[in-house]
Amino acid sequence: MNSFIEQFPVVFSALNVGFLQTLKLFAVTLIGAIPLGLIIAMGSMSKFKPLSKAVKTVVWIVRGSPLMIQLLIIYYFPGLVFNNPVWGGGERGRFFAACVAFVINYACYFSEIYRGGIEGVPIGQHEAGIVLGMSKGQIFFKVTLLQMIKRIVPPMSNEIITLVKDTSLARIIALQEIIWAGQAFLKGSQGISGQIWPLFFTGVYYLIFSGLLTILFSGIEKKLSYFKI
Amino acid sequence: MDILEVKNLKKSFSGTPVLKDISFTLKEGNVLSVIGSSGSGKTTLLRCITGLETADSGLISVAGETVFDSKRGKPVSKAMKRHYQLLTGLVFQDFRLFPQYSVLKNVTLAKELLLKEELKEKKVSKAEKKEMLAKIENQAKSIIESVGLKDKLASYPCELSGGQQQRAAIARALILSPKILCFDEPTSALDPEITGEVLNVISSLAKEGRTMLIVTHEMGFAKEVSDRVLFMDNGIIAEEGTSSEIFDYPRSERLKSFLNSALKV
Repeated sequence: MNSFIEQFPVVFSALNVGFLQTLKLFAVTLIGAIPLGLIIAMGSMSKFKPLSKAVKTVVWIVRGSPLMIQLLIIYYFPGLVFNNPVWGGGERGRFFAACVAFVINYACYFSEIYRGGIEGVPIGQHEAGIVLGMSKGQIFFKVTLLQMIKRIVPPMSNEIITLVKDTSLARIIALQEIIWAGQAFLKGSQGISGQIWPLFFTGVYYLIFSGLLTILFSGIEKKLSYFKI
Repeated sequence: MDILEVKNLKKSFSGTPVLKDISFTLKEGNVLSVIGSSGSGKTTLLRCITGLETADSGLISVAGETVFDSKRGKPVSKAMKRHYQLLTGLVFQDFRLFPQYSVLKNVTLAKELLLKEELKEKKVSKAEKKEMLAKIENQAKSIIESVGLKDKLASYPCELSGGQQQRAAIARALILSPKILCFDEPTSALDPEITGEVLNVISSLAKEGRTMLIVTHEMGFAKEVSDRVLFMDNGIIAEEGTSSEIFDYPRSERLKSFLNSALKV
């Protein structure tokens, strides 16, 4: 298989399989980190000082160290140090470990964005709700929530687009995502070897996907642009 | 009848006394203005009366109900707190409209939420509920018209001038028919040329016989609209009297010098 025409269908289908794994990691990270981030944000804003200090320290460690190291530690640590490979072997185990690392890492980033959004809503809006006789729940859901969302959409879209590309870090524990799939043709796979173009071609997937997300988020921003905060 | 009674109210913030033993009353249908320099405790007094701040000691009663009593043994239930809350209304210096809602929705929101809560416990048909909501909307429209914003019903706060926003905020407070409508420096955030439109609305409310408590720096307005005036200085009521007593015949040197400097501005 020497010609590009011959190689393309083979590479394309292999990259699709890899990209599916990328997408799965992306989706699980969002589903896990969006709510977990809210819990962490609540913790870091807690009036109970020991809790907020502890949470802030964790956030500092997670945000202050490379995600790649976190991946390696979470994947290898249980097996090497405790002799207890909790993740199990194979692709399934790698995927679990990657999900845990990504969810924790992204939840910490999201928590800071949420905190900014929550603290950014002026206390005056809350007070205006109180003097109108609204309950705390009503004030949160009917008054402050949408203002918070409007505040956090731009930084969240930034972070989520970064996540698209960060999923490639899972390559370090040999998760078979799209970079891994593209790299395989460099070393040799399915009769194709020494080819760099499949690796370059993975970029097209990232570009299209982040392009779609950009369109989605600017749509949301536009939807919320009818009011100013 | 005294609709507001404040007795021996004290409040400090981290050890600094802001209200030192405040007592006064307000009669139904009267307008009471509170004047005084910045930091004299006017706003804190208003916040205590409207439930945004809890006083350290003393008593506040509104329309015969004791909304605050430091000697009361058990804490007030959440439901009672909200009931007391609705006895007073407050218009803020910086409007505080809800930015994501139109003028109409800003005005109807709180009342709609109250209605929905009430209906939760009762069995009411959808048609009846719709009718009740329509009634609220109609009431809101007529209040909005009365503050001169008929053509701004569907506008969002960011599309309004400061004066229009403040009038919308007044409408939002009015729909809940508070026993006492309080104003916290309602024109201080406005350009001088548009304070008039807000003051006119408040004056017309006074003519309708609404009970109002107004913290203000607009001396001319206070003199004209008030039945009684409190002059606060450093956390106490330094002088109290009818509008004419305070503005035409001030007794204390402190009030005289305050009025002199206020009129110069």
